[in-house]
Amino acid sequence: MENDLVLRVVGKLLIPFILLFALYVQFHGDFGPGGGFQAGTISAAAIVFYALIFGLDKARRIMPDRLVEAMLASGVLIYAGVGVAGLLLGGNYLDYFVLDKDAVHGQHRGIFWVEVGVHITVCGVMLKIFYMFASRGQDGEE
Amino acid sequence: MVLAVLALARTRNLFAVVVLSGAYSFLMATLLVALDAVDVAMTEAAVGAGVSTVLLLGALHLCKSQEAKPVRGPWLPLLLSLATAALLIYGALGLPDFADPNAPIHQHVVPRYLQNEVDVPNVVTAVLASFRGYDTLGETTVVFTAGAGIIALLRRRKPKGEKEAHDGK
Repeated sequence: MENDLVLRVVGKLLIPFILLFALYVQFHGDFGPGGGFQAGTISAAAIVFYALIFGLDKARRIMPDRLVEAMLASGVLIYAGVGVAGLLLGGNYLDYFVLDKDAVHGQHRGIFWVEVGVHITVCGVMLKIFYMFASRGQDGEE
Repeated sequence: MVLAVLALARTRNLFAVVVLSGAYSFLMATLLVALDAVDVAMTEAAVGAGVSTVLLLGALHLCKSQEAKPVRGPWLPLLLSLATAALLIYGALGLPDFADPNAPIHQHVVPRYLQNEVDVPNVVTAVLASFRGYDTLGETTVVFTAGAGIIALLRRRKPKGEKEAHDGK
């Protein structure tokens, strides 16, 4: 598929918008449908799309394996870290009310970081699974 | 959807099966939109129709694209799934009517969720990330574990490790 002109042009046009849409879904999740799970999947799909059109090696150059594996763990750590931050500020684990002077603001801040954590983990896992399957296929051809 | 399922059961070409299940996911997403569950519909469209189709195609790349002939007849599995379906339908008959305001689920904690002390306009997000923060932390950990399991199973071993594995056999 790497030499298909139509796919390359359409892919280059669409991928920025897919990533932008993922961010919109992420940060607009408080007001409309969306959130970390959906946004993580969409942004992973953008990179999978890129890998399908331009080849796995190029995708691996922009999203190296090491980064993807770090994303896997850091998302959960961010989520758990929000809980620990609540503990340190004198609340219960995953208690967002203490994260800011204003309780409602604290809630918003907590939800924001929790969703960021979910996004990073989901995106990392999706990419990792795709990389694993795709690189196996390459071995079979060689 | 019924047509898609019947075609799924009939066809033996796995490529067609993957594409059909993607189409089924999209139909499911439209059904969820009709039920006003937009968040779930979005997830279904992105995960069910998008990513899992790609992953299944990747898996298909690794194996044959024709389904093998079943060894035994279909009667026992058919009986089992019919029995399960009958049980589920029997259970569903006991549920309160669709959109009944007096159903127990609308009387218990939901009024508090909808009162929204969190002040986030999308109630789904509020419930997911705040009221049920522990659940979501667990879910994220499950996703992380899935990724870690994939790494443990499929990571390419270094030549030295491979040699040891062969020696072990």
